[in-house]
Amino acid sequence: MLLKKLSEASGVASRENEVREIIRDDISDHVEDIYTDVMGNLIACRSTEKSGPVTMLTAHMDEVGLMITNIRKDGLLDFMKVGGIDKRILVSKVVNVGSDGIKGVIGSKAIHLQKKSERKKPIDIDNLYIDIGATSRSEAKKVVNAGDTAVFESGFEKLDNDMVLGKAFDDRTGCALLTEAAKIEPRVPTYYVFTVQEEVGLRGARQAAYSIDPDISIVVEGTTAADVPDNEEHRYSTSVGEGPALTIRDRSLISSRPLLQLLIETAERGNIPYQFRRTTAGGNDAGVIHLTREGIPSAVISVPCRYIHSPVAMMDLNDYNSSADLLKKFISETIEEGKLNK
Amino acid sequence: MVNVDLLKEMCELPAVSGYEKEMQDILKDHFQPLTDDCRRDELGNFIARKKGKEGGVSIMIAAHMDEIGLMVKKIDDDGFLRISAVGGIDPRTLPGQRVCVHGRDKLKGVIGAMPPHLLDKKSRNKAHRLKDLYVDTGYDRDEIEKMVSVGDIISIRRDLQELENEYVTGKALDDRAGVLLMYECAKELADYNHEAKVFFVATSQEEVGVKGGITSAYNLDPQIGIAIDVTHGMMPGVDKNKAVEMEKGPVISFGPHVHPDLFELMKKTADDRSIPHQIQPTPSPYGTDAAGIQVARSGVATALLSIPQRYMHTSVEMLSLNNIKEGAILLASVINKADDGFVEGLTCF
Repeated sequence: MLLKKLSEASGVASRENEVREIIRDDISDHVEDIYTDVMGNLIACRSTEKSGPVTMLTAHMDEVGLMITNIRKDGLLDFMKVGGIDKRILVSKVVNVGSDGIKGVIGSKAIHLQKKSERKKPIDIDNLYIDIGATSRSEAKKVVNAGDTAVFESGFEKLDNDMVLGKAFDDRTGCALLTEAAKIEPRVPTYYVFTVQEEVGLRGARQAAYSIDPDISIVVEGTTAADVPDNEEHRYSTSVGEGPALTIRDRSLISSRPLLQLLIETAERGNIPYQFRRTTAGGNDAGVIHLTREGIPSAVISVPCRYIHSPVAMMDLNDYNSSADLLKKFISETIEEGKLNK
Repeated sequence: MVNVDLLKEMCELPAVSGYEKEMQDILKDHFQPLTDDCRRDELGNFIARKKGKEGGVSIMIAAHMDEIGLMVKKIDDDGFLRISAVGGIDPRTLPGQRVCVHGRDKLKGVIGAMPPHLLDKKSRNKAHRLKDLYVDTGYDRDEIEKMVSVGDIISIRRDLQELENEYVTGKALDDRAGVLLMYECAKELADYNHEAKVFFVATSQEEVGVKGGITSAYNLDPQIGIAIDVTHGMMPGVDKNKAVEMEKGPVISFGPHVHPDLFELMKKTADDRSIPHQIQPTPSPYGTDAAGIQVARSGVATALLSIPQRYMHTSVEMLSLNNIKEGAILLASVINKADDGFVEGLTCF
């Protein structure tokens, strides 16, 4: 499953190389053209000679991670976050540093040595560091440089049911779904865009949208599922196992209603389960895409994931497969000239 | 170098206090060729005996094989498992850990908590408490109730990994590293013509009150007992008085749990053989198997040999393999030196 390979690859914002190569290898033979732009976005296209609305599908390649900011005299590495990570999730994790994947750990003081007051507070990021086993700065510098990025070490794993665990499901899930979509013949000119730097403020998608200038755009995301204990049901953003989530509105986008309607019709006609995203918090590349040039009608298909932005997100493979069905049906069956005019 | 493969295999096995069964086979496989007989006692301790010479003294070496873990406290309406602790666990280190639930079968899961974006700022700045956390196996209540019961053990899953500089990281290095030190010592002893009879004991239930140490010491009735455990290694934010250096060798502890003569013998042996070592004054006698062994029957002369370790009781415990190797050489040398005369002197204060 390509999702495993994508999930285990390292790709913090602006260091998406490993992910880009995996995708390029996977789809090059299936598309008409594949190229990168100045930002590093990977863009592929199919059926560009066909008539009908030019359709742009996007998923972002980058993941939340860490950057080494300083190497201490004792060989320990200071770091900062790249993208939104709850500092409380950092402790007691293994990380891979730099492109060589040097192993390190984020440890914390043993419980025996903590004062009672310390136990009540999360450990501040300033008091955390990565320990690679080096005993001096010069030793650490042989394998690590300030500016190197680090990601959680987290193997992709299937649980005893249809759930899978892994890191970076936001948004390697979208990347995997787009690679599947790129392997079938679309009905209209279609662009498959793998964007950079989403997690640091939607920095990559805008330029691709500008240069492609599509008629419609669909963002494919791994989104947060909040169907967990201690949460009230009306605050579940999405629920795992109930199919792809469609966005009506989030922090940065009101979805194009005709496009959303067409997605709903596609799902209903294909007997594909779907749900709506039920909170308006959060945003994604659609937030900048729909405001590009004179405006691009946009919508979002999201796969619900629990514990997103942590080293171990959880996703239901049934949701993944339903999302793939929806996306494929949309580009190969539903979308056509006249249904959505620019 | 020491047997890292064995260490990896041992650390990755689940053996939460009281549920150490899975350690027995691997211990037997490895200690059998080096000793005269192996057995499991009533409480679950693993005991390997190596004969000495006629009239030799009796020495018990102990390293605990159990690890801290969790237990199912409640299965909630949606199938999430609420948890309680087995041993000293910092709940702040738990979110995002992969676990194994030891129900009817072994089930994989992950420890979850409320997503941060649903919390207000004040709650986000509070540490997770055990009651805020749960295990998510992906099953709903009806399904999981067929497989899991309240009281089932939950172990943390984490592979052992090698870092720079002969360092390793993983879970349960406390105290599988000590068990490996014992094993390396047994290997080393093959080259010695020692008089003493040696019991290598991988003790059970140390993390919940040194229980295996108490019963096995009673049973074996040794004249000398040496516990092997980990101790806090220096790291930022820790008081120098409470930790030892990571790079300066195995640690000879001194305090109420240590017989002064045995301490001197260990120190002198290390000096004589130029084995790097550190001395750690420890005012409290508690916290390792030495505490249990010392007070068995009419009393046992005990000592404590420790391996410096950072991040104790987390899933990323970290230590240097060099300290295990040096420690094993020191331990074997001490065993070789302990004779009848030395033991006679132990009661002369």
